[in-house]
Amino acid sequence: MFPNLDKLPVYDNTGVNERVQRFCTRSIKKSSKTAGLKLALSMIDLTTLEGKDTKGKVQQLCYKAMHPHDSLKNIPTVAAICVYPSYVGVAKKALQGSNIQVASVATAFPSGQSALDVKLSDTKFAVDQGADEIDMVISRGEFLAGNYQFVFDEIAAVKEVCGKAHLKVILETGELDTLENVRKASEIAMYAGADFIKTSTGKIQPAATMPVTYVMLDAIKDFYLKTGKMIGMKPAGGISTSKIALQYLVMLNEVLGEKWMNNNYFRFGASSLANDVLMQLVKAETGVYQSINYFSKD
Amino acid sequence: MAKNNNNNIFKASWTYDEAPESIDHIQIKEQYDLYIDGKFTKPIKGKYFDTINPSNGEKIANIAEASSEDVDKAVKAARKAFKGWAALSGKERGKYIFRIARLIQERAREFAVIESLDGGKPIRESRDIDIPLAANHFFYYAGWADKLEYAFPNRDPKPLGVVGQIIPWNFPLLMAAWKLAPALATGNTVVLKPAETTSLTALKLAEIIHESGIPKGVVNIVTGAGETGASIVNHSDVNKIAFTGSTGVGKYIQKATAGTNKKLTLELGGKGANIIFEDASIDQAVEGIVNAIFFNQGHVCCAGSRLFIQESVADLVIEKLKRRMETLIVGNPLDKNTDIGAINSKKQLKTIENYIKIGINEGGEIYQPECKFPTQGNWCAPTLFLNVSQSHRIVQEEIFGPVLAVQTFRTIDEVIEKANNTPYGLSAGVWTEKGSKIFHLTQKLNAGVIWGNTFNKFDATSPFGGYKESGFGREGGLHGLKPYVKFE
Repeated sequence: MFPNLDKLPVYDNTGVNERVQRFCTRSIKKSSKTAGLKLALSMIDLTTLEGKDTKGKVQQLCYKAMHPHDSLKNIPTVAAICVYPSYVGVAKKALQGSNIQVASVATAFPSGQSALDVKLSDTKFAVDQGADEIDMVISRGEFLAGNYQFVFDEIAAVKEVCGKAHLKVILETGELDTLENVRKASEIAMYAGADFIKTSTGKIQPAATMPVTYVMLDAIKDFYLKTGKMIGMKPAGGISTSKIALQYLVMLNEVLGEKWMNNNYFRFGASSLANDVLMQLVKAETGVYQSINYFSKD
Repeated sequence: MAKNNNNNIFKASWTYDEAPESIDHIQIKEQYDLYIDGKFTKPIKGKYFDTINPSNGEKIANIAEASSEDVDKAVKAARKAFKGWAALSGKERGKYIFRIARLIQERAREFAVIESLDGGKPIRESRDIDIPLAANHFFYYAGWADKLEYAFPNRDPKPLGVVGQIIPWNFPLLMAAWKLAPALATGNTVVLKPAETTSLTALKLAEIIHESGIPKGVVNIVTGAGETGASIVNHSDVNKIAFTGSTGVGKYIQKATAGTNKKLTLELGGKGANIIFEDASIDQAVEGIVNAIFFNQGHVCCAGSRLFIQESVADLVIEKLKRRMETLIVGNPLDKNTDIGAINSKKQLKTIENYIKIGINEGGEIYQPECKFPTQGNWCAPTLFLNVSQSHRIVQEEIFGPVLAVQTFRTIDEVIEKANNTPYGLSAGVWTEKGSKIFHLTQKLNAGVIWGNTFNKFDATSPFGGYKESGFGREGGLHGLKPYVKFE
């Protein structure tokens, strides 16, 4: 069902920034901090999306995903690893026996500038290789030109090809210009069948920001109230420290609350966040910060 | 399908551990005396009263009670200092005021903690709003001190003389700054009285003023309750009274000063209208409603305590507002995560509770989120009253607490009429994405301050003050200088 885009809420930038600022002034200490850090770790989609990716690199990343820091007890693994379609098979094999999902970007990532059948076969290839989750990009050009139906149909078509795989729809908010556009794109994606909506590819600046994520959480909230369906959220790119991750979690906690506070409904797309979270967890346990060299870089 | 009437669907699950601001670094004496003529002086009658921490009922310190003799001493000291202070060049006066501003900044954390300890406001507010704004006011007026001839070109502004200033308990340090800074910049000398429940930061300010090396007698700070205030108002050698507080006391002061040649400015109560149009950014408007009425526990004269929502979005706004209220954290003012602190005094809590009773008896539909209060101290949950009208007392009278009366409207003319249908005229807020609508309303609303798509924003450069029973005279900005000068 194509959403009614005429009656969407409007957003006031100043107001949204102010609201976001309030989340950032929450002071997270002691056991609530440890709980938050562990939650953040369990929500990470450990990502490598580079032209120079190799089988070896992906295998190392998978090991890191399963063994974030073996000297720390009682810590979760990350939620998923996120790779290009060509490495889904490698990752799937490396992660065998774990609960870690394999997410694959698809649909002519990151620009999305290709024909629909190319995008569909890209998706199909990833799914056939065993991807549990597909991170697709929307056609921002068509969106900005006002061809919303085109964007909707494309997402719906990809969703069909996904089959059982979860579909995350990347809006690339850094190219959408306004918060109203972010809301509109979120609406289109959710109604077209997205399981998750995601801010960015990580290839465009700005990537994830808290105001943009706030608007997307607000869209998810309204969608839930209208349809009863829970959509997940994935901010990606630029979330590199525990402090920022905790601020996002505070926002999630106070906007969507309990039901969304797990990795079925919230993910961080990040490559360097994991080690910072681990460093903070070690600090919480031992009382001292260790050198970054104690944390594996895979 | 999710139930729309359940305000807890999006309930937060992650509770934050206590994050109290440390109080180790603050210095509070057991006893505070009056600051008169550059010295801390014992009250002539030797009387003291307790200042209480409203979040746990514990006594913090003894505060001197100034009798009329003490006030007389203070006024005489101010009179003696006036000639020299007024004769000083603006540039020299400005140096002292700049020094005060810098000293406040340097000790901002201590001031913030004491403000929250003594007054009950959340540390987030005292740290991020009260104290920085107080310093800003001193900085701002320090800059004017040597530019008065440009503020009033060709009019040769002269100071008034001795100014009596009486300030309220809701923003203790900030109100002291609002009063002192322009008075000093224009060359007046001052006798200032803080409210009896919140004397501490004014007395800490006295320490800073002393440290600034300002000539003795220029600033005198006397503590006490209403009687002390009356002694200042009725003193024959005071040239001007500046008062911020309740409309009731304001009326008394105006009567008392009538025919005395004393100049007067009053900043009194309010019942601000916060108006939400259907074309507003609803989510941000909801945030604005929260800031308008729950900021500082609603102890704000310019609080948006009457909410008007356009009928087409009323259900949506109320639903969102209720849900937002569920996430407000009420509790220890010193905890950095506290959104709503303690009610300033037992007396004020009684007043608020009484109004809540009145509201219920009048048939208003009450809504309060579930709150866990500490066992000691003065607490009040954020409160909505739905289905009320202009005829309800809780809509007409200032409650000065976290209680919001919610009404709906259909047309612009209707909401303008209702918004203005009050003896007060201090503040209003308008929420719409349509700029022309904001300008239309700012022309029609009788309020001293009107915020567009925001609420409760203050700045040293911007004048603040009321119409009607909300008082007269402006504080802040260029306008704030005028009540402290005369033109010969």
